[in-house]
Amino acid sequence: MKPLSIGFVIFTLALLGFSTYQALVVAPTEQTMGDVQRIFYYHVPSAWVAGMCFAVNFLASLYFLWRKSLDADALAVGSAEVGVVFCSIVLITGPIWARPVWGIWWTWDARLTTTLVLWLIYVSYLVLRRFAAGSQTQTIAAALAIFGFVDVPIVYMSIRWFRTQHPSPVMGGGANSGLDPTMLHAFLWNLLAFTCIGICFIVARYRLQKMENALEAAHAELALKGMAQ
Amino acid sequence: MVKFFGRFAALRGVTASFAPARLYVVVGDNGAGKSTLLRVVAGLTQPSKGSVTLLGAGTIREVAHRIGYMGHAPLLYDELDGMENLRYFAGLYGLSDEERCRNAIRQVGLDPVLERRVGQYSQGMRQRLSLARAVLHDPELILLDEPFSNVDVHSAHDMANVLGRVRDQGKTICVVTHQAALMEPVADEFVQMAAGQIVSREPRSVR
Amino acid sequence: MSAMSVTRATLVKDLRMEWRSKDAINSMLFFALLVVVIFSFAFNPTAEESRLIAGGLIWVAFLFAAVVALNQTWARELRNQVLDAYRVSPAPPNALFLAKALGNFLFVVVLESLMAPLFVVFYQLRSVGPVWQLIVVALLGTWALVVNGTFFAALSIRTRNREIMLPLILFPISIPALIGMVDATTMILSGEGTPDFWLKMLLVYDVVFTLVCLLLFETVLNAE
Repeated sequence: MKPLSIGFVIFTLALLGFSTYQALVVAPTEQTMGDVQRIFYYHVPSAWVAGMCFAVNFLASLYFLWRKSLDADALAVGSAEVGVVFCSIVLITGPIWARPVWGIWWTWDARLTTTLVLWLIYVSYLVLRRFAAGSQTQTIAAALAIFGFVDVPIVYMSIRWFRTQHPSPVMGGGANSGLDPTMLHAFLWNLLAFTCIGICFIVARYRLQKMENALEAAHAELALKGMAQ
Repeated sequence: MVKFFGRFAALRGVTASFAPARLYVVVGDNGAGKSTLLRVVAGLTQPSKGSVTLLGAGTIREVAHRIGYMGHAPLLYDELDGMENLRYFAGLYGLSDEERCRNAIRQVGLDPVLERRVGQYSQGMRQRLSLARAVLHDPELILLDEPFSNVDVHSAHDMANVLGRVRDQGKTICVVTHQAALMEPVADEFVQMAAGQIVSREPRSVR
Repeated sequence: MSAMSVTRATLVKDLRMEWRSKDAINSMLFFALLVVVIFSFAFNPTAEESRLIAGGLIWVAFLFAAVVALNQTWARELRNQVLDAYRVSPAPPNALFLAKALGNFLFVVVLESLMAPLFVVFYQLRSVGPVWQLIVVALLGTWALVVNGTFFAALSIRTRNREIMLPLILFPISIPALIGMVDATTMILSGEGTPDFWLKMLLVYDVVFTLVCLLLFETVLNAE
């Protein structure tokens, strides 16, 4: 790995350590919810990173369809996988937070439900990639990625309207709803740390995919020269 | 031109040019890349590397109406009869001429009045109709992939003669077949392929 | 040759072939009937309750029927590799897509026209809101399912397990449309609330995804 990459990973780990300290130690305990509220510092940044991953997936898929670049496809699959992981974190931390505070594991809260639908869409994307036959994989996956991303705003609006029609407990109060300044600091540090972690994972997965592509290309070159496949 | 299917190199560097108004016969073992070559020229598959320039145009799509393709499979609807099939495919080329369809059917030795569904045709009849479909729109370039497979000897000879006649009208024909002997009387050139490359080309003088 | 004439010719051809074989139609009609009967056994509410849940039940039933229809969209084109004949021709790919989508739409609407009266009978449904609104919801919602379904059917035929792949990729993306269909239907049936927002949302969904399908279909058709 290049020194720049190693440096960035070390920086990210240090940042994560610092932000964890901020979240668990420095930030004050919340009045009504107690220490459980500290999940907020992981729950919301994960959602943000997942969104960022899916945006990268969309742009990479578009670029692939335009230029047929295998690197773009590598970025697409990498960002989708990392995005699904962070989505999963949101879906797991949500109920963990909700149960002690509101006494229920799940309500069809607008943001949580949107995250669930996103998770479903991108898991279906990954399943499609797994079961596609050969060289068409990249093209059909890219097509699905575009459908998925175009759907995101529609999903959000639909679920929000549904919620206003059929109200239920809202989890995880807004990031800007009267946050104590120290809490805001902790939140922002964690947001930065998680973004950096997301980038590390995406780059790592991207590099892995590029290596696999290079391996395929090498096999192809051998086949071209007529040697054993 | 190079074409990969995953790790398999179906075409491993094919460089060639073909002249108009000739009947080319492409021969070679299974897996030599004959069908792939035809599919690339027909525009059904993009080459992994390299390009095809056809009939002086930039892309194959531009001259799609001047190309006829007969695939390994029948490329016909089993539930429709002969005329219904041809009428539909003629429509894809912007042709709504009944007489043209009837002529194409007669040209390959079938009866236009026949209302039997293609699913109940014999293999010989099916291949003949598939040929009719390929030449229906009067294309300049006709690509045929194993037109004689499982066809009775009589039908095969008929079809070979039809191809010869079509070539005499100034069309370019490229036939992939295992039955080279059938094409001897009408071929202009035999192109031998092996392991994804063209290994030899033998011109013939036609009677 | 215009795209319209190719679409019309393809649609007519498909309808003719469907009429000739009739086995697909018959089995799907019977399947639709079965779904309604089974739902009636599984969910056996009073007339008042049924108005509240009928919206969801009906649309889940329609969804099952639609998937069965969608799965065979491209089956005939793959037999004998006839699709190659279309791709080789100068006919525009979108004309083929529209013909298939319209064919599916007609077919699913026929299935719905059979299932809906059965639901009314088994659940003693009476609509408080205007019926024409129900029809509009049905048409918009069906197109939403069918347009994406036809496209995803084309994607799934290039996978190893095509029958399960189609609903697997169709359902998540259809969720907002499903919420809209179900909630609007429930609102109209029970007469509570106006379905205006949902009607608009379904329209937006239909327009947006029809456009995306038309933009991407050629790429997917020629992916080889």
